[in-house]
This record gives sequence, C-alpha cells and structure tokens, in this order.
Amino acid sequence: MSENHKIIEIEVLRYNPESDDEPHLEVYKVPFSDDMSVLQGAQYIKDNFDGSLTFRWSCRMAICGSCGMMINGIPKLSCETFLRDYYPSRIRIEAMANFPIEKDLVVDLSGFIEKLESIQPYIIAKEPRTLEQGEYLQTPEEFNRYIQFTSCINCTLCYAACPQFGLNPDFIGPAAIALLHRYNMDSRDGAAAQRMELVASEEGVFNCSAVGYCSEVCPKHVDPANAVNINKTNAAKDYFLRFLSPKGGSK
Amino acid sequence: MEIFKADVVIVGGGGAGLRAAIAVAESDPALKIALVSKVYPMRSHTVAAEGGAAGVKKPSDSFDYHFHDTVGGGDWLCEQDVVEYFVEQAPVELTQLEHWGCPWSRTEDGHVNVRAFGGMKIERTWFAADKSGFHILHTLFQTSIKYPSIKRFDEHFCVDLLEEDGRCQGVVVIEMGTGEFSMIEAASVIIATGGAGRVFRESTLGGIVTGDGMALAYRHGVALRDMEFVQYHPTCMPVTGLLFTEACRGEGGFLVNKDGYRYLQDYGLGPLPDKPKNKYMELGPRDRLSQAFFFEQQKGRTIEHPTLGSVVHLDLRHLGEAHLRERLPLIYEMAETFMGLDPAKDPIPVRPGVHYTMGGIKVDGNCAASLPGLYAIGECSSVGIHGANRLGSNSLTELLVFGKVAGVAAAKNARSAAPGNSASLLKQAQAIEQRVMALKTRTGGTERIAGIRKEMAQTMEDGCGIYRMQDTMQATCDKLAELRERFKNISIDDKSSVWNTDWLTAIELDYQLDVAQSMAHSAINRKESRGAHQRLDGYELRDDVAFLKHSEAYYVAGGAPRIVLGDVKITKSQPAARAYGAAGEKADQERKESNV
Repeated sequence: MSENHKIIEIEVLRYNPESDDEPHLEVYKVPFSDDMSVLQGAQYIKDNFDGSLTFRWSCRMAICGSCGMMINGIPKLSCETFLRDYYPSRIRIEAMANFPIEKDLVVDLSGFIEKLESIQPYIIAKEPRTLEQGEYLQTPEEFNRYIQFTSCINCTLCYAACPQFGLNPDFIGPAAIALLHRYNMDSRDGAAAQRMELVASEEGVFNCSAVGYCSEVCPKHVDPANAVNINKTNAAKDYFLRFLSPKGGSK
Repeated sequence: MEIFKADVVIVGGGGAGLRAAIAVAESDPALKIALVSKVYPMRSHTVAAEGGAAGVKKPSDSFDYHFHDTVGGGDWLCEQDVVEYFVEQAPVELTQLEHWGCPWSRTEDGHVNVRAFGGMKIERTWFAADKSGFHILHTLFQTSIKYPSIKRFDEHFCVDLLEEDGRCQGVVVIEMGTGEFSMIEAASVIIATGGAGRVFRESTLGGIVTGDGMALAYRHGVALRDMEFVQYHPTCMPVTGLLFTEACRGEGGFLVNKDGYRYLQDYGLGPLPDKPKNKYMELGPRDRLSQAFFFEQQKGRTIEHPTLGSVVHLDLRHLGEAHLRERLPLIYEMAETFMGLDPAKDPIPVRPGVHYTMGGIKVDGNCAASLPGLYAIGECSSVGIHGANRLGSNSLTELLVFGKVAGVAAAKNARSAAPGNSASLLKQAQAIEQRVMALKTRTGGTERIAGIRKEMAQTMEDGCGIYRMQDTMQATCDKLAELRERFKNISIDDKSSVWNTDWLTAIELDYQLDVAQSMAHSAINRKESRGAHQRLDGYELRDDVAFLKHSEAYYVAGGAPRIVLGDVKITKSQPAARAYGAAGEKADQERKESNV
C-alpha cells in the first residue's frame, strides 16, 4: 500500500451467536489503495483491528465461490468488488441475504449443499463405455448445449438474490436447477427423466416467479433464470404428455 | 468427543482427495470413507488451476517423450520408475474424467483437444478452456456424490494424526461451525491437503494453501522431501500474485521487456522461431522463464511501473479477441476486472510469483509414507514425478493418477489391518484437544498473527526466492527460528467456539512455520544449482556427484530440521545437460543417436 492512502469507512454487520442477541453494525476506518478489493478491506480489519471478524474466502480470483456477501445490499463476490468504486461514501457489507447467519459474514450453506446433492449432479451414462473404448465424442453443437451451465462456482449469490428462495427455503433454487439442466443437456447423460420428478415437484421450478435477478447477480454468466425457465416448459410438457401417453411423459 | 469409525479417512477434499475417495468407494463399497476438508470441497485450490492436464493423446506423441520431458524438466531429480507409471496412466485417468462429465475442450470432429505447454515436446495438455482445475474439481466433487460410502466432513479442520502401535490410525478434527472436536478412527489415513506456497509473500495461491498436512506428517517423523524446490510461475499479476496461465503462452502469447524485445532468446531458449515451437522461447519451462525475468530486472530491462513495481509484458494482442474469449475466457475477465485492461488491445504487466511446492511428504510409488497406514497424494506429497522443477500440466494429472493409486492402496490396507485400540486412541485424542484448546484460551499474548505471518512471508521471499545466497538463506533460517519463538507469545482475539477463524489461522501459522523451516534448511544445505533451486554464491552449477540426491527434512522438536540426502531412482534416463531451444533439440538428437 502506498504512503498517501485514503481512508474508507466500512460498515460491517457483526453477529456472534455466543454473545449477541441480534446482528448489529460496526464501522471501521480502513486505509486503502485503488487496487484493494472489499475482501482485502475485510482482511485488513481482521489483521489489524479485530481478529474475531469472520468471513469465508480463499482464491481471491472469483473462481472458488467462497466470498459472497451483500455489498451495499447487492449480492457480490467481495474479491472482485473494489473499494475505490464506493469511496468516498461509506460501504456496508453484510452476510448473504436469505440464509441463516452463523457468525458475522458466514452463512449456513448446508441447505444449499443438500440441494446440490439431491439433483443427481453426475453423468448417468446413456450408453456406458469402457475406458478402452476411449472418450465419448461431442460435436460442437452438443458441447454448446450444456457448456454455459457448467460454469457455476456455487457462490450462492443467486440464492441471496432470489425472492422466492427467501419465502420458501425448500425451493431447489437457481444454481441447483442450472446444474441439473447442465447434466440433462449433456449428450453423455441419459437421466433427464429421473431428474424430472424433482423439477416438477413442490420444491421445483414452479416456485420461480421469473424475476430474473439471479441471472443479473451471477458472476459467471451462467444464466440460471434461463435454465429454470426451460425446465418450466419441460415440466409442463411432461405433465401434459402424462395424460396422453400410457407410459408417461418422461422418455 | 464425537467418535466416527471409518476404514479410510482422507484429509483434503481437492482433486487428489476426491479422486482417492472415489477409488476407495469403487474398489470396495463396504469400506467407510471419511472425507475431511476445511472448506467445502469445491472451494479447494484445485479450482484455480487454469491451463490443463498432461497425458499423451496425439499419434505423434509417446509415453517415452512425456517421460523424457518430465525427467529432463525436473533436472533429473525425479523417481524415474514412478514417472514411467505416471505417463502410462495419464491418458487413462483423463479419459475416466471425460466419462464422468468433465467438459474438456474439443476439436471440430468431437474429440478431446490438446494444447501446447512449457517444456513439453508434443501438444498433450488436455484443457477445459482456461478453467481446467475448476472443471476437474467440480466434476470430481459432483461424481463423488454418487457414492453413499463417502461421508464428508465439510468445513472440518484437521489438528493432528493419531499414531498407535507404530501405525497411523486416524485423525482429530474440529468442526469449524461449532468448535467441537471429533476423533475419526481409520486404519488408513490419506493426506491430500495441497501445497504450502502461502508461506511466501506474492503467490498465486488461495488463503487455504498453508501446508497443513505436510506439517502434520512431518511432526510425526515422516520426511518432507525436496522442500527447497519452490516453483515461481513466470506470469503472475503484480502485487496480488494472481495467475495468468501458461496456456497464454501455449496459445501463442509473447513475453517482452521494456524495449518490446522477446528477451527469452537471450537465455538459452532461442533462437526465435518463425512460429510457436514446443520447448522454444515462451514454451520453455517455468524455472528458466522466471530466472530470465530476474536477470532482465538486473540488467534494467524490465518495465518500472509506479504501483506494480518491476514487470514485463505478456502480449496476447496478436491472438485476437475471438480466440482469447474462446480459449482464455478467465484470463480475459481477470485482466478486465482486476487490472482494467483489454488483453486484445493491451499487453498485460506480469512478474513471477510463487506457485507450487515440488517437494512434500515423502512417499513411495504406492503413495505410502514411512509411517504405516499413512498415505499422501497431490501437491502435499513427494511421490517423485516433479523433481527439481515441475512441468506445467503434470500436477493436475498427478492428482488423478496418484489419487487413484492411494485410494486402492489405502483400501487394501484397511481390509487387512488389525483393529485399533479405541480407548487408547480416544485418550490420545483428548490430550490433543487439550493442547489445541490451550492455544485458544491462553491470555496475555502480544504477537499478532498477521504480524508473524507477514515477517515469515517476507523472509522466505528474501532468502528462498528465484536466486539464493548463503547469507540471505542463513538470515531466513535465523528469522524463522526467531518467529518460532515469538509464536509462543501469540495473541488470539476471538475466544468463542462458533466459527473461530482467528484460532484456526493461528494453528495454520504454526503449520506454516514448520514447513517454512523445512524449505529454508533444505535450501541452504543444497550447495549446487538445480531446477528451481538456483544459487549465485559459488554454487551456480549442478553437481551430480554430491547432489544428485533428494533432500529429506526431518522434524526436530524445538530446533532446526535435520537434513539427510536420499537416493534418486534412475531407470532409463542418465543425467545430461538440460537444454531447451535449439540446444535442446541438438541434445535430443544426440540422445537418440546414442540409444540406437
């Protein structure tokens, strides 16, 4: 950091379940340089003012998905959000919305992890192949059908943005549905029908009220709203076909 | 204290740990697997690997070529029998990952594509754009969900190994969310905790890369091997150290100095070819490229940037925006977001940064350590494929190949091991809990964690950087001894149980200081220059007579490590001059002729 640094006020939502009845704001004056991220601001506070400030972080380059938080009320990755863009105003950082707070900026993600596990996020081979047979072939068209939905870093910013998840924590939610869609669209996979039950279930896509804020905050342009939308159509078609076909709609 | 009985416990949920877990589950579904990770597995630092994973793919390539690139690239400090196994298994494991859904980039006809990488004679780096590690990690994590026998301990922090009857028999962990301790009993323990590069200042690494597993094994008497070999990646973002993948050069990027001159041609990597040529110029190995930067800086030919310091330019402009967006999308975004640059229009300022620990927990070809029941894989281990310098894209493949080997070996061991004495293990675990709790509850400390950490990182950079000298290395050894003393007076602000990262960071710092000492003392003991260990104090040359040897650092409680030299396994490649560019081609030719 250069000598003639500026000072920014960072307001942090603090909460320690062992000593606080409820979350409260504390303000820290942090010297910063133009290259400093909001994450580095939080690290400065922890290193110099209060070692008990708690937040998740690791890679610093927007790929590990750890450091999401509300920054002036908007879900963002703190490692790729810069203090200079808020200065000279005060900046407020809070735990991600819609999740229970465990401590300070750390939220309980166990529900999200269970949702990821529930969607069968792995290839269930359409045509099993041995290693000796080599790789599956995928044409550029087949590849492009799913690749965008592989980019999710599980940062859960889309859940912090989703009003419906806020109302119904059981909603599978944007990221998990995008991942489900990723496997459904993969030419190697043959289990879309198995996954359909969940898509159409009470926790499924019809919770979505098509606000689209999830895609807006997605740092990796996965466009989960699109995945949810496509699956609404698929589920509706599937439902309709069930009445027409004695074998059921899912093929 | 909660007790969990497993057959195999794996510490670390990155690429290696996940691959091992799947291997155990597939080899015997009846075995109970505990997978411990201090972060959710998909946060592990495998996620940040960019360029790709090496494995022979093209008809013009061969295992023999991959072997010689690796052994020569490692300056002949590799275990050659292990490298032979590695190169043969590489394509099998990469294909397996394809079957599990990894979105490898493809050619137009639908096959997996490969790209060029530094020090590799033929294109053999499988890649998923420039997010190869991310895709490998998520594919493995998601695939692991398929196996009910894998029980994950996410956000659990390992504080010690349990050792009884001369065998490793489990671990003690803290649940980070509650601060509660658990004992996990297991006949086989696999350490897969990744590297230790955060002991340095400017690094490409995530905050979690603190050498935990290395320190744990080391404290239990297992050697840390070849710890002086620390890789500086030549193209990192100044100040933050964030990585611009070697694939930037694999795709055809240039490195130029302040005169716009491709300076690598002055450092045994030329002459300048008409078009990108494997093992020439920017496609040389990382150690040589980082060393060339050092000399450019000495000569005053680097660019002096007001806030970024000394840099050179990584020039990708000639590749065009469309190609960059397709092949290097992450790099494109990072340049835009973090540096405010458009790599299709602006050259990117870069400099070397710490990236990888070639050394680690000494294990044999089955990934078994000297302590029975203990295994190690991935960057925390030294199975012997990297030698004195790792070639880019060999480490992602290593996670897969040796993750599987360790999983199979650990499963076999667990099936045949005698049951442990639970009561006695619990007693040990309780003593460990008391010791670790004492660090948190003690009062009156005055040393801040961040203060000691900063001084450690600075002294490592000063003494164990790209070039090394006796007196600065000695100063680093002395400083680390001082910091070890001062650590005893550490102050921890947070006394709570829930999510106490202040306390856990202190435990990590304790690990880091041990690992840093093993690096500095191994370095000062190696009186030669080889691979990533380069000296400028009278030991500028490789000395095969005295130092064609592994360094093995043994823990000495309260003191400096004991360094012992160990033999290197040589099968079919006798040490020769390590050359690249035209000189390398000539040496290759001579080797071929002498083999005829």
